[in-house]
Amino acid sequence: MDPMAAIRETFFQECEEQLAELEAGLILMESGTAEAETVNAVFRAVHSIKGGAGIFALDALVRFAHVFETALDQVRSGTLAAGPAVLNLLLRAADVLADLVRAARENGTVDEARTAALVVEFIQISNLGHEPPPAPKPKATPKVPVWNIAFTPTPALYAKANETALLLRELRRLGPVQVALDVTGLPELSELDPEGAYLTWNITLEADCPEQAVRNVFEFVEDDCVLEISAAAAEPVLKPGDVITGDNGFSFEFFPPSMPEDEEVVAAEPEHHEAPQIAAQKSNPVEAMAAKAESAAAVSATIRVDLDRVDRLIDLVGELVINEAMLSQRVLEAGIARASGVAMALEELEHLTREIQDSVMAIRAQPVRSVFQRMPRLVREVAAQTGKQVRLLTEGEGTEVDKTVIERIADPLTHMIRNAIDHGLESPEKRHAAGKPAEGVVRLTALHRSGRIVLEVADDGAGINRERVKQKAVENGLVAPDATLTDDEIDNLIFLPGFSTASTVSDISGRGVGMDVVRQSVAALGGRISIASRPGHGSTFTLSLPLTLAVLDGMVVSAHGHTLIIPLGAIVETLKPKAADVFPLDGEINVIRLRGGYVPMVDVAASLGYCEEFVEPDQSVALLVEGEGGVRAVLLVDAIHGQRQVVIKSLEANYRAVPGIAAATVMGDGRVALILDVDAVVKTARNESTRGEPGRSELSLAEAR
Amino acid sequence: MITTVLTVDDSRAMRDMLRHSLLAAGFRVLQAEDGLHGLEVLETERPDVIVTDINMPRMDGFGFIEAVRRDETRRSMPVLVLTTEVDIEKKNRARAAGATGWIVKPFDPIKLVEAIRRVAA
Repeated sequence: MDPMAAIRETFFQECEEQLAELEAGLILMESGTAEAETVNAVFRAVHSIKGGAGIFALDALVRFAHVFETALDQVRSGTLAAGPAVLNLLLRAADVLADLVRAARENGTVDEARTAALVVEFIQISNLGHEPPPAPKPKATPKVPVWNIAFTPTPALYAKANETALLLRELRRLGPVQVALDVTGLPELSELDPEGAYLTWNITLEADCPEQAVRNVFEFVEDDCVLEISAAAAEPVLKPGDVITGDNGFSFEFFPPSMPEDEEVVAAEPEHHEAPQIAAQKSNPVEAMAAKAESAAAVSATIRVDLDRVDRLIDLVGELVINEAMLSQRVLEAGIARASGVAMALEELEHLTREIQDSVMAIRAQPVRSVFQRMPRLVREVAAQTGKQVRLLTEGEGTEVDKTVIERIADPLTHMIRNAIDHGLESPEKRHAAGKPAEGVVRLTALHRSGRIVLEVADDGAGINRERVKQKAVENGLVAPDATLTDDEIDNLIFLPGFSTASTVSDISGRGVGMDVVRQSVAALGGRISIASRPGHGSTFTLSLPLTLAVLDGMVVSAHGHTLIIPLGAIVETLKPKAADVFPLDGEINVIRLRGGYVPMVDVAASLGYCEEFVEPDQSVALLVEGEGGVRAVLLVDAIHGQRQVVIKSLEANYRAVPGIAAATVMGDGRVALILDVDAVVKTARNESTRGEPGRSELSLAEAR
Repeated sequence: MITTVLTVDDSRAMRDMLRHSLLAAGFRVLQAEDGLHGLEVLETERPDVIVTDINMPRMDGFGFIEAVRRDETRRSMPVLVLTTEVDIEKKNRARAAGATGWIVKPFDPIKLVEAIRRVAA
């Protein structure tokens, strides 16, 4: 990549981080729990974006960030009180800033009217915020008299071993000095008298002292030099240092030398001296910003690493795990005693390998905070669109999950929250009529549960209108009119594709838009989604996902001589089927009676085409599995060999997609084992078992597509 | 003798940008993420010029310059401030802290290099 393009990309990545920080900080401020450092961090976020945007000449971004930053600076310095109205403005400004960043990144466009309106609001608010329009701040520093001194030693001065440098140093005690050496009197080398004196020092001294004090410095040499001292208060105090200006507002000012030990600001700046910078800025109403040294916040040492490197490491550790397993297998096959040194060392290695794997996976683990932080904005937008009052509560932002998973939960979560507000919560009037507070609550929770991450989106709305949902489903031909459905089943109808479209949803106080899409994307991650609803009290969507997409806890089974892995999360229980419980259906599928219900049976070997014949159910081992949406089936295999963690290798990437197979892994003996796609297998079974049985609505319900 | 420049800026994009410009000019470039980090670098390195941002977490540019100057051996080390700040107060503060020069972002790489050469002497 061209280096500039790479830097640009880095800039946009940083913008994302800064925007997240900005929003999080503003929300803290809104909740009243912000510390001084929070306000500083918020300011810095906008400031950094502005600074970077300047490099890439993203003018619209720079302009808006500047106005935004100015207001934040006022808040930081206390000249603008961060009340609810101001915070609301700041939050909206953060949204606009995010839009501008996105537009800049994608060369897109933004709502310019909205941006302009916010700028106007900023101007109004900052004028209200602090009364006296900050007239160019009076030179805070008192006017310091300035002395111009011309010092021309005669040869006698040198003859007396006087050192001009010492005199100059002496002068410096009185105040900052600037010295220019006038060499115009210097003759050609051939005419130069080595003991002659040809130099004049022109000195500007800034010191609030009587002329006599200046003269005193030269007391001992007064007779051996020409000394001219004049007051020059009106003149530029210090010869302005070099000022270099360039295109696009570049300005470099080389400060006139001043002593580091000078505590005070040395001098009033000559006005013209500032001109280049004043011209470069639009306006900066804030002058009196006493930027306090930022308290050194608690620091945790971190490094940035390219994700590619981490992924490579994870891959390698995956290989290590496989290698270790192979080694164990070989040792076992070689008949080495378990108590032998080799076996013990190997066990040690196994523990170590597992630990390395966990540690490496932890590198890529990230708190869900980054995703959660995007939600307040969404809530504000949807609330504004729908005219509802919404409060978002979040819990468990620190819950960690693999980065690859994080990246892919944002969309489903966005959908779920949008739904919760749009279709879950009632309008303020309706809520009032129902005796609820006008403001609805959407609660977003993340937690770990049995090796998975669980995300819940709960609202305190009206809950699902089951009457209407069922009616809709019947109208759309998704269920038979006479079907008896449990409440749970009705609620889950909303996940069916084609259940509803945007136009029909608005009449239903239930939900539905795009929930089938959500479910599909969740399923693609090996996740599950379900809903629980209480009429009048609200609904809760529960999303459960594996913590990582790199390793999997699986059950090793064999079917017709092939080793297969069944994801442990899908297995409900294992059983030994009895022939008497198995009933043939008129298709090629059998069902098994299980605690009063019937569940379709799938012969895994046959379904994958390993063999034509079916195994006798009572000769095999059965696993009751649950696919997405709680759909169940019983899988028949020859034997179960045990449980193990396997490294997932993509089949698509290395071979091609195979129906019924989710991925592959490498076993300890070096052979490839396939990981069963439980959902696909269950679905196929369900479809076949319900073929020609339109009346069996419970089963057709389970059809996902 | 190759001129070594220490850049102190919390923005990675800005550091990359500086690095790119300064390497192209033939400088050796050291980088730090904030004032504290800058001081750490100075424990083992002696750059010819320091270019520092003002607004940074942990330790800002003012604090950094003051800390640099506190060390007797670093009194004469040129420190240029590179910032988007245009506030005169802040500029004076930087100067009081002991800054050698003040450069306003966005910077012009050629001019920046020129400025660094001027003070590196």
